[in-house]
Amino acid sequence: MKKDKKFVIGLVITSLVLLMTLIGIIKTPYDPCAMDGSMKFAHISFKHLFGCDQFGRDIFSRVLVGVRETMFISACVVFIGVFFGTILGTVTGYFGGWLDEILMRLNDAVLAFPSVLLALVVIGLYGSGRYQLIAALGIAFIPSFARIVRGEVLKIRNLDYIQAVRLYGASHFRIIVVHILPNLKTVLLSSIIIGFNNAVLAEAGMSYLGMGVSPPAPSLGRMLSEAQAYIFSNPLNAIFPGIVIVIMILGFSLLGDTLGKRNDA
Amino acid sequence: MKYAIKKTATMIITLFFVSVLVFFSFSLIPGNPAVSRLGTEATPEKVAALTHEMGLDRPVMVRFGEWFINVLRGDFGQSYSYRQSVTSLLSDKIKITLMLSVMAIVICAAISVPLGIFMARKSDSKLDIFFSSVNQVIMAIPSFFSGIILTLIFGVILKLFTPGAFVSYKTSFWGCLGYLFFPALSIALPKISMVSKLLKDTVIAESQKEYVRTAYSRGNRTKAVFYRHVLGNALIPVITFMGMTFADIIAGSIIVEQVFSVPGLGRILLTSISGRDYPVIEAIILLLAFFVVMSNLIVDLLYHKFDPRIHV
Amino acid sequence: METLWVKEMMLKVEDLCIKIHDRNSSETLVKDVDLEMNRGDILGIVGESGSGKTMSALAIAGLLSRHDMEKSGKIIFEGINLLECERKVLRKLQGYEISMIFQEPLNSLNPIIKVGKQVEESLLIHTTIEKSERKERAIQALRDVELDNPEAVYNSYPHELSGGMRQRAMIAAAMISQPRLLIADEPTTALDVTIQAQIVELLKKINRERGTAILFISHDLSLVNTLCERVLVMKDGLVVESGNCSDIFNNPREEYTKHLIAAIPKNPFDNRDR
Repeated sequence: MKKDKKFVIGLVITSLVLLMTLIGIIKTPYDPCAMDGSMKFAHISFKHLFGCDQFGRDIFSRVLVGVRETMFISACVVFIGVFFGTILGTVTGYFGGWLDEILMRLNDAVLAFPSVLLALVVIGLYGSGRYQLIAALGIAFIPSFARIVRGEVLKIRNLDYIQAVRLYGASHFRIIVVHILPNLKTVLLSSIIIGFNNAVLAEAGMSYLGMGVSPPAPSLGRMLSEAQAYIFSNPLNAIFPGIVIVIMILGFSLLGDTLGKRNDA
Repeated sequence: MKYAIKKTATMIITLFFVSVLVFFSFSLIPGNPAVSRLGTEATPEKVAALTHEMGLDRPVMVRFGEWFINVLRGDFGQSYSYRQSVTSLLSDKIKITLMLSVMAIVICAAISVPLGIFMARKSDSKLDIFFSSVNQVIMAIPSFFSGIILTLIFGVILKLFTPGAFVSYKTSFWGCLGYLFFPALSIALPKISMVSKLLKDTVIAESQKEYVRTAYSRGNRTKAVFYRHVLGNALIPVITFMGMTFADIIAGSIIVEQVFSVPGLGRILLTSISGRDYPVIEAIILLLAFFVVMSNLIVDLLYHKFDPRIHV
Repeated sequence: METLWVKEMMLKVEDLCIKIHDRNSSETLVKDVDLEMNRGDILGIVGESGSGKTMSALAIAGLLSRHDMEKSGKIIFEGINLLECERKVLRKLQGYEISMIFQEPLNSLNPIIKVGKQVEESLLIHTTIEKSERKERAIQALRDVELDNPEAVYNSYPHELSGGMRQRAMIAAAMISQPRLLIADEPTTALDVTIQAQIVELLKKINRERGTAILFISHDLSLVNTLCERVLVMKDGLVVESGNCSDIFNNPREEYTKHLIAAIPKNPFDNRDR
């Protein structure tokens, strides 16, 4: 009962976020980068729903494009994490042995770092920008997916029916593709949603630190850090993008929570 | 004891892996650090001289061995952009970041444990929905945004502290702690929600275990059943979780230092990244990895002490 | 052997009903159960799972305080109606006059507290005995339940003991304050057959030497037959048959009892005529 309510709220919020992403892709009310000197720090109005920033740019439009940007980066990051994480986790979990031992030690070494820190290192090496950020966070997300998949593969591998299939002479490749991978669906679904939750958080954090898309392109995190300079006079400029970040994370975490629990039951 | 030795050994291996990773990723960067240090205008002779002076013309394994031994001695080399040794550059900043992280953990534990117990006690009342909803929302607030909100409320409106005016621990230890309170709180906030929710759930789950019935059958009062039997068991997963969050808390402090202008490792890491000051970046990564792994070790040992069932 | 203890009424249960209330439905788990026990008696309750035998036992031990359960009738222990007395009074009896042991000794012991500390807990709650003496008494109690090396057991954690040892430790914990009534809820079900027999022997010895009354709950009629004098047979919350153990075993009147007897596996090595 209560769980369903959480699920529904999560679904509604996530749909809203997706809608914002869609609007961000199709058309924003104003050009998010167009400056208008006369509209500097304009207050909230029907023309400018969230007001304007220090350059007179429409904050609502910038938020919409920021959401689009965050969603795009998060989707790429989660995809990289899931794709490589699944390959790594399946191979190490299925075959075990020294390869597993070494890769898992490496995995531990990487997991010892919070993803934001790891991404900072990669950006330190290759410079900042949208694609560097995707690569950086994507790499940082691989280990946790690899670990989840590996655990699950270990569990499935030891099930009786896999042993039976092996007795019939099925090849490793066939066992992995036909019998193991489809069983990862449920685990992957909830970890993808939780992955989105973490990716949004990491992306916003990185762009807050100035390591995301280059200005003047809008991103939620950068809007926050820019607005922070005017926190005394125009606190709302920081609050709107911040609340949008919170809403995005909230939606994914509600969905992730309830999906996870459904799988357990 | 055997457990402690095994765990320490794993920790050392992990740290070695980290240092190998760090060194080689930074050696593989395209471009000569000597060039980036001198600028693109430098003459080839000057570049060659500096390359030789920095030892960059020697085989990579030799450089790794030398670097590794120096790191073990606590010598991280010279900073490119600040003309001083990395060790002296970072020594103050480490203390500040550690103070901030430890404070965040202490705040988290001090608030979330009583809160979790309280929430478990109220779990079948109307308050439960209220707490769960508030928790859910707080969990979704990133620390840099809660930091801005805290600045707005306590710095701008209530004027309890001056945003940006960091007090060094050298000037006033308590002043420094006072300034670090709000940054630490904003790191701790989402963790408080997570830990208190986890504790509430484990308390409820443990309360349904059979040993609780045994405890009642001996004539224990409800309070005694709770504090003598349930709480200890319920805290075990909480300790594990707190250990896992330490990495997050350190990452959180890197970001939050930026929000509150705290001159810790996070700030210098960011300036070093934009200035391509590789020795400083390497040192900071190693130090942070060391803290994370070290804290994991402490948690593992604590956990071992708390839960006698864990064996090697 | 006739005991020297005065046959005196200790426990009397009258018309015990236990109802569980869900949001919209209510179910009666125990209906009009009557039973009587004198001091030093051993009474068995047999039935399948869901017959209400454990519920009745928990009610007598005062462990059904959940507010979604409604209890009616009387449980009179030494003149006190346990269903109506104050919680304080009930708590004074629990673990001191009425003790209980359970089916799963591993789950019934707190995993992170040393066995010895759990054995002596009743003394901590009900008496003002010093710490060092409590330890002595606990070690003695562990010795009484025939555990080798009781000092080592005192300092062990539950997971370090075998199933049989754990149940012995549970019995030691239950017996440390010399209760008048020991309620044993399927105490041997989770154990190996050989250990089962040892635990039953131990319970017999406790009853014989200390005069502790035992309420023995089991689904195994043959086990009840080796231990108890009298037995109640329960089905669907009702007592369907009661009386002398060997009478019922040899001449079951109820169809249900016959089923229970038929369900006992025949031991091919057991030549004794039952």
